[in-house]
Amino acid sequence: MTAILAACLLLVAAAGLAVVLTGDPARQALTLSALSLLLALLFLALEAPDVALSEIGIGTAIVPLMVMLAVRKIHAPGKVDSRSAGR
Amino acid sequence: MSRPVRYVVFCLGVVGLAILLAPAVAHLPAFGSTFHPYRTLAVAAAVAHRTANVVSAINFDQRGLDTFGEESIFLASVAGAALLLRPGEHETERRPLGHARMLDATRLLGYVLLPLSTILGLDLISHGNVTPGGGFQGGVVLGTGLHLLYVAGSYDALEKMRPTTLFEWGEAIGAGSYGALGVAGLLASGAFLANFVPLGHFGALFSGGTVPLLNIAVGIEVASGGAILLSHFLRQAMFTEPAGGGRRASGERDE
Amino acid sequence: MKGLIYFVAFFLLIIGAFGIARSKDLVHAVVCLSVAQAGTYVLLLAVGYQHHASPPVFGSPASRPTRDVVDPLVQAMALTDIVVSATVTALLLAISIQIAKRNHSVDPDELNAVEG
Repeated sequence: MTAILAACLLLVAAAGLAVVLTGDPARQALTLSALSLLLALLFLALEAPDVALSEIGIGTAIVPLMVMLAVRKIHAPGKVDSRSAGR
Repeated sequence: MSRPVRYVVFCLGVVGLAILLAPAVAHLPAFGSTFHPYRTLAVAAAVAHRTANVVSAINFDQRGLDTFGEESIFLASVAGAALLLRPGEHETERRPLGHARMLDATRLLGYVLLPLSTILGLDLISHGNVTPGGGFQGGVVLGTGLHLLYVAGSYDALEKMRPTTLFEWGEAIGAGSYGALGVAGLLASGAFLANFVPLGHFGALFSGGTVPLLNIAVGIEVASGGAILLSHFLRQAMFTEPAGGGRRASGERDE
Repeated sequence: MKGLIYFVAFFLLIIGAFGIARSKDLVHAVVCLSVAQAGTYVLLLAVGYQHHASPPVFGSPASRPTRDVVDPLVQAMALTDIVVSATVTALLLAISIQIAKRNHSVDPDELNAVEG
């Protein structure tokens, strides 16, 4: 059990670092969703199924979707800001 | 604040945090210990009110007032975001042109997953007092699941299935009925959000008194709020654009 | 083990704050804020954990609550926190979109010049 917990913790820390170091917010939506999935696994390992369910619904679906839509609105070519093209 | 100044402030913040955290961490309970006084009290209180899911019992029975506050934050945030995301004066909304081109497999997946996610969401809400889940989690699943229709490429169907006014009403009704149940508890038992409904049998679908009712109220509110948020983001990102076009070149602000 | 879980909780908090300080894009900063928030969930659940205990949900009426369970109080806090934080994230993203519309930039450095 402790081995699973330790593995989950290290994966969560690595995923958190990856989210922060991902410069492009559109890619961040994907890494954030991976981080949330790992967090949900960690919460399951910590015997918190309610929290894990909540994290899966929010972290892997709603928040990344909103981030993606916000990025599309802000950075889409010909829109408000034409910085990052190619989407 | 320029970039170097920002880094200096960040470093000062981390040093300050470290100074405060060091003694705090030293006094944290050992990880995995058996000393949990709140656990002992909360489990006893939940069992007394015949609620099998102790987490739901805490959220909707023992700490019901805190959840009312959290629900108000939810309501205010959704209202604020919806306000900020409505099309501005200098923007036009363009209607989507028919069906987007989607892979048939993707479209099928959207249609198949929609009823599944709806059932899962309703199940999570209705069994929140006995199994893991509840109004918050089920509401999120319902509100997000509806947008699978967009993945299925059918924006028209989404518009029909997602009458925004209905969800605005749902949001208000969900938040209002939570407060109404609180006032009913006040009238019946003399305390706001008191658990005044018959408690039922431990582990049964209708057990825990007001817990399943409050779960439904929160479920309606969270599902509506999630649907409102996503629909506004979708509208802004996909179908709203500056009226004149090329406003960027003129450099003026849309006030 | 104790060291590791508390370390990961504070690591997420600090790395998230670092991301906000380093950010060149308001949307990026909002996502980094969610990482920092994740640290608080880990800390809460770490405080309530007990080795070899079950989740605080008693399944059938047959299994009466005699077993040891992990602390449900911190779980209730983390659970509502996650849902409410999502709507706050939505509010921040909506504000970022408004800033982009008005100033045609979401880079904090460029925004300084606009506001100053």
